[in-house]
Amino acid sequence: MHLEIITPDKKVFEGEVIGAKFPGTKGSFEVLNNHAPLISTLANGELRITTTSGYQFFNVEGGVVEVLNNKIVVLAEAVLS
Amino acid sequence: MASLKEVRNRIVSVQSTQQITKAMKMVAAAKLRRAQDSIIRMRPYAQRLSQILTNLSELTGESVSNPYTVKRDINRVLIIAVTSDRGLAGAFNSNVLKGVTSLVAEKYAAQMAAGNVEFVAIGKKGHEALLKKGYKVNGDFTHVFGKLSFDTVRVAAELAMDGFRNGTYDQVEIVYNEFKNVATQIVRREQFLPIVEKEKDENAKNTNIPDYVFEPSKEEIIQELIPKSLKIQVYKAVLESNASEHGARMTAMDKATENAGELLKALKLSYNRTRQAAITTEILEIVGGAEALAASR
Repeated sequence: MHLEIITPDKKVFEGEVIGAKFPGTKGSFEVLNNHAPLISTLANGELRITTTSGYQFFNVEGGVVEVLNNKIVVLAEAVLS
Repeated sequence: MASLKEVRNRIVSVQSTQQITKAMKMVAAAKLRRAQDSIIRMRPYAQRLSQILTNLSELTGESVSNPYTVKRDINRVLIIAVTSDRGLAGAFNSNVLKGVTSLVAEKYAAQMAAGNVEFVAIGKKGHEALLKKGYKVNGDFTHVFGKLSFDTVRVAAELAMDGFRNGTYDQVEIVYNEFKNVATQIVRREQFLPIVEKEKDENAKNTNIPDYVFEPSKEEIIQELIPKSLKIQVYKAVLESNASEHGARMTAMDKATENAGELLKALKLSYNRTRQAAITTEILEIVGGAEALAASR
């Protein structure tokens, strides 16, 4: 599945992932392959993505995530990796 | 006619000025590239955000009420003026200030007379100029262009948004230079808050919006996203202004280099004339002297 993390300043991450765990406003959740279309806001916290080479962590500060047809777009105002 | 030495000194000084303006033009060109790149980098975020927002507001039907669309009687006004930190960019900064002045004169003369117009100046030049006029300038957003990032601009946007939400300001306007192309900048005056409802384009209506799961509710997501898109609007204005600044400086410096070249040409001509005149006088003196000698013999 394809994941993009975008901030107003730059594209922080773009690539294929196996899964991603998000700090949703109503609690953390994980998105795996063939997830239903979803739009959720994110709280400040840690975003964990699983790639073939292991885990990768990003600290996102307020954002929104859209999942559609195995494409995930994360819009965050600031990201500390 | 000026003496040879004077003219030579002027030539040297004009040459060094020309070198400086030429260097500044190159620097501005390089910075312009970077500024344009950052506009391009901001676009995907802005596009995605507005796409999600339009999808959502179509699903919820009627526009959701939110604290940023409330129209009140205009008593207190905030004007955000985006200028640059550095000068030598032609009429770049004075155009913004002129725009601010005419905006106040046209729309907020009464509020101004009552002392209810406040300012936020992004960029040192505007900050100084507005303070000098005795206006109330909030916050300190000077030196933001050295390392321009969303974070610094966000603070300015939040100041305006918080002020609007808690009723400190009833209207927020933003004045900045829009980047048309390298040689042209257009001074824009936009109403920032309350949000101006965009004309709904019926043709562009997206009928097959996928069946999203919303977490939390649609309305709450919209409430979250509206401030984000407002901040992006300010950031976009600042980025545009930044690119315009470098464009303006580039043209100004190009013109200056050209003018210095013309001046040099004129000075060189006068230098050569003076030199030639000096040589002629010298020859005349020698010939005159020789003839006088020959006659006395």
